[in-house]
Amino acid sequence: MTQLQARGVVRAYGPTPALRGVTLDVTEGEIVAVTGPSGCGKSTLLHCLAGILRPDAGEVSWRGHRIDHLSEAARSRLRRTEFGVLFQFGQLVAELTAAENVALPLLLAGTGRREARTAALTWLERFGVAELADLRPGEMSGGQQQRCATARALVTEPRVLFADEPTGALDTLTGEQVLTQLVRLAREQRTAVVLVTHEPRIAAYADREIVLRDGLVDHTGLGLDVPLAGGSR
Amino acid sequence: MSTPHVLLGLLAAGSRHGYELKRAHDERLPRARPLAFGQVYATLGRLERDGLVAAAGQDRAAGPDRTAYALTGEGRATLDQWLSTVEPPMPYVASTLFTKVVVALLVADVDRARTYLIAQRAAHTARLRELTTVKADPAATLSDVVAADFAIAHLDADLRWLHATLDRVADWHREVHP
Repeated sequence: MTQLQARGVVRAYGPTPALRGVTLDVTEGEIVAVTGPSGCGKSTLLHCLAGILRPDAGEVSWRGHRIDHLSEAARSRLRRTEFGVLFQFGQLVAELTAAENVALPLLLAGTGRREARTAALTWLERFGVAELADLRPGEMSGGQQQRCATARALVTEPRVLFADEPTGALDTLTGEQVLTQLVRLAREQRTAVVLVTHEPRIAAYADREIVLRDGLVDHTGLGLDVPLAGGSR
Repeated sequence: MSTPHVLLGLLAAGSRHGYELKRAHDERLPRARPLAFGQVYATLGRLERDGLVAAAGQDRAAGPDRTAYALTGEGRATLDQWLSTVEPPMPYVASTLFTKVVVALLVADVDRARTYLIAQRAAHTARLRELTTVKADPAATLSDVVAADFAIAHLDADLRWLHATLDRVADWHREVHP
């Protein structure tokens, strides 16, 4: 069933068009890679889908309800409850420990302190970094920080995770380990993932691939918004 | 792939007969081009002729004659020599994929070349996904993972080349057909 829907989404930065009418459906629990060359609009699309940016034209709907018309506060609430967001780097709060960082979205959503910490420790454990619970980001490697950031993005058990080049700052092997864990855990809890990447080998983890080019879905691209042979589901 | 050297390598740990060599080959080199039993025996015959392996007893218990082979001193020296030599890194720009694009550009219009590149990109992507599934399988051995990784890295590089070439194909066609 389609949960997230974009229809003819247009977005520009000043005079520069970034998206020129993108249509896309994301169904429950599926992993969709959005790929394309630099500047094709893939990050802008992710920001529009996640309610971080408001499209200039077109519609974004979540479970049948328009979200592009919602207030900033309402869209923020959506991102705290239904959506998770993960970027390439620099997302952890430097002053907080790993456990505090991971617990943060739960605290903001009103979960009690003790319960939030317990959940945070469980998620750190799932990403194999339980021993980092009391360390601050400055005391961790890039790979460890990204595992914590991924745990934080999934701790609220969102229905959709928006991940923008989540392994882009990591070496091949570390990036792969983080991605494998992310995909496995997302599948376990039926979290859909919109995965922005320019790397074919990262896109290969998704159920299907959308190729953008100059702000449009590229119909000469391999994607054509169809499932590809050898998908894991 | 150098089958003689692989067989010498598999014999380095001790003598084995052809059947065991074939099994060890398939286990250590998963997803390699299939190695037929006939090829194993033919290669062993040549290695024996060249003094690199020698017969080391026969095992009749399991039915037909099964000659075990062992590495000779000369065989070990050949293996060491092979392992201590670095492979020339892509000495020629040559692959069927590359050649086919060039020929497509020579004999056809730019759209035909582009169509080929797009079809090839789809095939590469499908194979990349297949191997990614193999690799992500919790039951995969490290031999499976390392072998899949090797292919994935090359497919990934080919895909980048295909993407870049698609962007350049019109200019390239103009250069080939001024």
